[in-house]
Amino acid sequence: MVAATALAEITTPPAAGAALDIEQVSHAFDIDGVELPVLSDVSLSVEPGEFVALLGPSGCGKSTLLRLVAGLDKPGAGSLREDEVRIRRPHPSRVVVFQDPTLFPWRTVWDNVALGLEAQGILKSQRHRVDDALDLVGLSDFCTAYPHQLSGGMAQRVALARALVNDPKILILDEPLGKLDSLTRITMQAELVSLWQRKGFTTLLVTHDAEEALVLANRVIVFSDRPARVKADIRVDRPYPRHRGDPYLADLRRQILGLLGLDATW
Amino acid sequence: MSTYSLSDGLASGAPRLSRTPVLASWLRESGVGVLASIAWMAFGLSCLWWEDLGDWSRTHSLGIAAFIVAAIALFGTVGADYLGSAGKALRQRAPWLVALGAFLTLWEVATAKFAWLPLPFFPPPQSIIEVYTDDLPKLLDSVFASVKLQLGGYLIGATVGFLTGVSIGWSRAVGYWVHPVLRFIGPLPATAWLPIAFFTFPSSWSASTFLIALATGFPVTVLTWSGVASVSNAYYDVARTLGAKPSFLVLKVAIPAALPHVFVGLFMGLGSSFAVLVVAEMIGVKAGLGWYLQWAQGWAAYANMYAALIVMSLLCSGAITLLFSIRDRLLVWQKGTVKW
Repeated sequence: MVAATALAEITTPPAAGAALDIEQVSHAFDIDGVELPVLSDVSLSVEPGEFVALLGPSGCGKSTLLRLVAGLDKPGAGSLREDEVRIRRPHPSRVVVFQDPTLFPWRTVWDNVALGLEAQGILKSQRHRVDDALDLVGLSDFCTAYPHQLSGGMAQRVALARALVNDPKILILDEPLGKLDSLTRITMQAELVSLWQRKGFTTLLVTHDAEEALVLANRVIVFSDRPARVKADIRVDRPYPRHRGDPYLADLRRQILGLLGLDATW
Repeated sequence: MSTYSLSDGLASGAPRLSRTPVLASWLRESGVGVLASIAWMAFGLSCLWWEDLGDWSRTHSLGIAAFIVAAIALFGTVGADYLGSAGKALRQRAPWLVALGAFLTLWEVATAKFAWLPLPFFPPPQSIIEVYTDDLPKLLDSVFASVKLQLGGYLIGATVGFLTGVSIGWSRAVGYWVHPVLRFIGPLPATAWLPIAFFTFPSSWSASTFLIALATGFPVTVLTWSGVASVSNAYYDVARTLGAKPSFLVLKVAIPAALPHVFVGLFMGLGSSFAVLVVAEMIGVKAGLGWYLQWAQGWAAYANMYAALIVMSLLCSGAITLLFSIRDRLLVWQKGTVKW
């Protein structure tokens, strides 16, 4: 609700999402001389504005894939392209929200959100964008607070604002709600969906929670155990806001858990 | 149940509270102040009551001053409510005033009046006051020389140490060359360089500046380096995805994150540079408090030594306090995350 009132004041036009092409990407870690494959021949094509959830067992390499998309690491083989341009290094058009908010403790909330604009050297002329982003996540009153004064949910919202202030074409979410309590989590899931609907960016969400993936995404990619391969590509054709008890989603969830090898419990 | 017992307690407690006489609360608030006043009066009396064993000119004035302090302590604490923050501060320090008054009385009696402590080596308070009044110009010159030398050396050492620490923390290549040198030379006490420094440098002043800078630089370098090296990669990842260039990563991520470590290094450097300063002044430089100490010892002017020592400790603790307040200002974000 906070987001809805704040959105009316946003002056910048919504940034359209970018297409993302992942082509035959393989990647391995070198641990004490032993090669440990984490991604094996992953191909994935994401339409502009899609909300894609990457689901898989813990430690299967989903987060590695996100780091490759962000440009933080280079793939061992294969290529990644954003709107047909090869991804070689990080760029503010693809912003990551990590599992830990990783706010800079020596900066106030406002200065944390301003980080991206400051790094790009455009903060002086674009200060209003920081205020708008803080409005968007409902934390304008906390702009002078330091991160240690915030709760976990608030800190994660600041991290979200810090990402959104750059008007990303692709928003990369690495289990951003994983450490939040269940109530805050549900609220923030709803906020995420409404932000994505209004701004139109492409979203990549890594999660280990099948329900979260189904409530948020319009496409769920299920990964195998390490080294990760694409096991299933599931379209979730349901309108938003979605209901958690929707039998269609429950059915999909059962299928997904089956793919993840958890059919015995269901 | 609990509300009942609570109100019962309040009901029975209320009359007891009102029965406590005003005197008790007055004693609790001003009693220590009265004690402080008594202690300082005792000091004043001890100055004036007996004849001095030696020839000191400030005994009488010191006694009068002690009575003035006693009066301030008495009226200041009793009337603290009318004096605002000054009164409150005085009340807070009253226990220390008691201790100080008692100590001075004991000192006075043990030296000037009965010489329980052997006299030329343990001068009475009035002879130290005498130094401050009669030898002031020379003492001030020494203070000025010491501060100048210390400040120059410390600032150079801290700056060079900080820059070196950041560059070896940041760049592998710089670390490859500087780290072994640092390992080899750093742990050497800066005073060990004294003999070499005094004949290789053009002046004893530049030699001492170099030594003080060396003593400051080593801990600052090591702590800055470890601070930069221990910055979590997650901060760099965040900054890089937001479009940060390498210069931004150094100036806006690595350095602020390392700053708490840097200050530990600055404190350590300050401590060791004091030691070098005094030794350098005693051995080579012909000015400063260290030199004054040496000079006073040569003339068996023991009162001058104590006087210089007191000034020195005030300067050193003043420098530490200054550094603390700079840290508090720069690291205000740490308040609440760590114990101060």
